[in-house]
Amino acid sequence: MFIQSKKGLPFKHVGSVHAFDKEMAVQNARDLYTRRGEGKGMWVVPASSIVAVDPSDNQSFFEPADDKVYRHPTFYELPDGIKNM
Amino acid sequence: MGAEKLEVLFQERIDANEKIEPRDYMPEEYRQHLIRQMSQHAHSEVIGMQPEGNWITRAPSLRAKKILLAKVQDEAGHGLYIYSATETLGVTRDELISRLHQGKAKYASIFNYPALTWADMGAIGWLVDGAAITNQVSLQKTSYGPYSRSMVKICKEESFHQRQGYEIIAAMAKGTSEQKEMAQDALNRFWWPSLMMFGPHDSDSPRTGNAMKWKIKRESNDVLRQRFIDKTVSQAELIGLTIPDPDLKWNEERGSYDFGEIDWDEFWSVVKGGGPCNLKRLNHHKKAHNDGAWVRKAAAAYAKKHLNK
Repeated sequence: MFIQSKKGLPFKHVGSVHAFDKEMAVQNARDLYTRRGEGKGMWVVPASSIVAVDPSDNQSFFEPADDKVYRHPTFYELPDGIKNM
Repeated sequence: MGAEKLEVLFQERIDANEKIEPRDYMPEEYRQHLIRQMSQHAHSEVIGMQPEGNWITRAPSLRAKKILLAKVQDEAGHGLYIYSATETLGVTRDELISRLHQGKAKYASIFNYPALTWADMGAIGWLVDGAAITNQVSLQKTSYGPYSRSMVKICKEESFHQRQGYEIIAAMAKGTSEQKEMAQDALNRFWWPSLMMFGPHDSDSPRTGNAMKWKIKRESNDVLRQRFIDKTVSQAELIGLTIPDPDLKWNEERGSYDFGEIDWDEFWSVVKGGGPCNLKRLNHHKKAHNDGAWVRKAAAAYAKKHLNK
């Protein structure tokens, strides 16, 4: 179950529901997760359709980013006098 | 990686206050501890609907009835958030319910006390939810990610529960002498069981060690109980009610209230099934579950039929 808290914002995972079909999933999700105006939009996705990265793959998945510091703007030296870039 | 090495890495993550997620490595005892604690928590939310549901048809006004309905619906929601979070540990909801029905899983003993008068709706919201909030605020920092997130969501909703309860009991305390008496009587009956909600003294709590080491629990039973007492005493005084504890006294040195000893014989007797409503609560849950079996069957058959089309 994913909720968009305001129009224009990304959808965020909030939890899960049990249901036999899509219609029941949406109704249960509404009753359970949007009782106080928490959402403007709602996605319900079967848990089995989500592909998650196994944490034991974490290293190969996420580490290469660490040695590419030149991808960050703070890596670059700017001449004095440049204030906003 | 060997199991020992994994456990060392796991503890390092815990010590660094990292959250553990469902697919991460975790020691089997950590998983079992969470399943026990979280399912007990979820069962408590659901069984907790009974004493209050009992008053929906007799609420004294339409406003009170609407509020009580919303509160009981919230409790169902809280149960479901925690059931979902527990299922991420690889156990099914059916299994959890079946353990409850077999008496293998417990729920909070407080719900084995009856709600005799409308003032009890006040005492339950004010004290029982108040004690639960104290516990749940602390559990927001628990080490298991899904449990922690469900606590954050629940805490947002609980303060409504406590305020509505306090409003009820405050109104009765301001009412006729008979109403005030009912309010005081509700406080008398719910005060000690509310303190028992925090569990045995730290020195008698065998599982606290691991729970603290793994940061499942972040604060001990006695610390949480003291915090609840310290913030509740003035709330009683403000509405002219007396906490039924002759030993209750402000301790300047500690900056906290000293209080009398809890009746632990009563605590253990209710935990073991000897409370006034243990049998009633469990039987009602079983009946509701069994009565609903045809609905689940019909919904499954309907979904299957439409899937095959």
